[in-house]
Amino acid sequence: MHDVTYLRPTNLKDAVQLYRTTPGCRPLAGGTDLMVMLHAGTVRPEPRAVLDLWSIPELKVVRRSQGMLEIGAAESYTGIIRSRDAQEHVPALVAAARTIGAAQIQNRGTLGGNLANASPAGDTLPVLLAYDAVVVTDRRAIPIDQFFTGYRKTALQADELIVAVRFPLGRQVAFRKVGTRAAQAISKVVMAVSRSPARVAIGSVAEVPLRARGAEVALERGDIAGAIAAVAADIRPIDDVRSTAVYRRAVTQNIFRDLIG
Amino acid sequence: MRFTINGGAVSLDVVGTRRLLDVLREDLHLTGTKEGCGEGECGACSVLIDGEVVDSCLVAVGQVEGRNVITVEGLAQANGALSRLQQAFIERGAAQCGICTPGMLLAAHVLLQRANRPTADDIREGLAGNLCRCTGYTKIIEAVLSCTT
Repeated sequence: MHDVTYLRPTNLKDAVQLYRTTPGCRPLAGGTDLMVMLHAGTVRPEPRAVLDLWSIPELKVVRRSQGMLEIGAAESYTGIIRSRDAQEHVPALVAAARTIGAAQIQNRGTLGGNLANASPAGDTLPVLLAYDAVVVTDRRAIPIDQFFTGYRKTALQADELIVAVRFPLGRQVAFRKVGTRAAQAISKVVMAVSRSPARVAIGSVAEVPLRARGAEVALERGDIAGAIAAVAADIRPIDDVRSTAVYRRAVTQNIFRDLIG
Repeated sequence: MRFTINGGAVSLDVVGTRRLLDVLREDLHLTGTKEGCGEGECGACSVLIDGEVVDSCLVAVGQVEGRNVITVEGLAQANGALSRLQQAFIERGAAQCGICTPGMLLAAHVLLQRANRPTADDIREGLAGNLCRCTGYTKIIEAVLSCTT
């Protein structure tokens, strides 16, 4: 990894330009995923350059914009947790941020990183789905339900940078994460639910962070029992090192019942 | 690149993608910072950057340009006298094998700097990113609590 070129633009314009013109370039923010992979030599394709976005002021802003709350892609989870605007308008995101790792990870992890990494277990991703968040890039706005295209795959083009995430104001979203312990745990099931409009978003139960569409249809008509039955059919959990499909299905139904009860 | 380490300015010619952890240990010979998992799980490599606790295995050294880094070596006073927190760890048996201790001390130091006096629960949450396989944590929590008054 030591022959990887380290690029440290100081503003967004330079970062976008560098990312478009540097072959084999990987964006770096807090490093909680990428630094582990770089050190282990497991980044594919092998990067020739790293574009450090951590210190770019435009990517660290939390502000009201166009009737939405906008959070910069490289703002840390700690910054989100401490933000009065985030606490007021997206409390479920704050709740999710507080469950991620512990202080060391919350001080470095970012929404941009969670999105780009696109793990099905990413703790903020169901929250973004439940809020109908919009991923703002250097060239367009991508609705979150079009962002995840496959296992760890996203709608981003090869030279497209995530700049911010926008959240609508005034939506009530409930959040729950089930892991082995409170801190430093990767989710077995992670869920965010909005009653109106009906949004049922779940992580760690499919190859992507998932909208449970059948459950949403039932919930929209006020059919609680139907929604709880439907959610089990909407998900595609597997057995892996963290849990089993049977457990995940049961837990998904149980926490869904709690969140809409 | 330049940054401040334990109050002193350093200037280094290093590749920006190297881990801060490795530069601290290998280039600056500050071996108080330990490597545990190397994956951001265990907290053994915790250091402070601008007063916030981070895992130095996850930080590219280029990212500390112009910033203020504190390692466990920076907790003692200039004459080598241990801090109150370090002394409390010794007196209350809060260290056994010692690998987690530097990171525990730094994470606890941040808690004690805050305006509100941390409770035992605050300390458990604040140290949740630092794993200890020896003590069972009770002695560590007690040592930190003893420094809150």
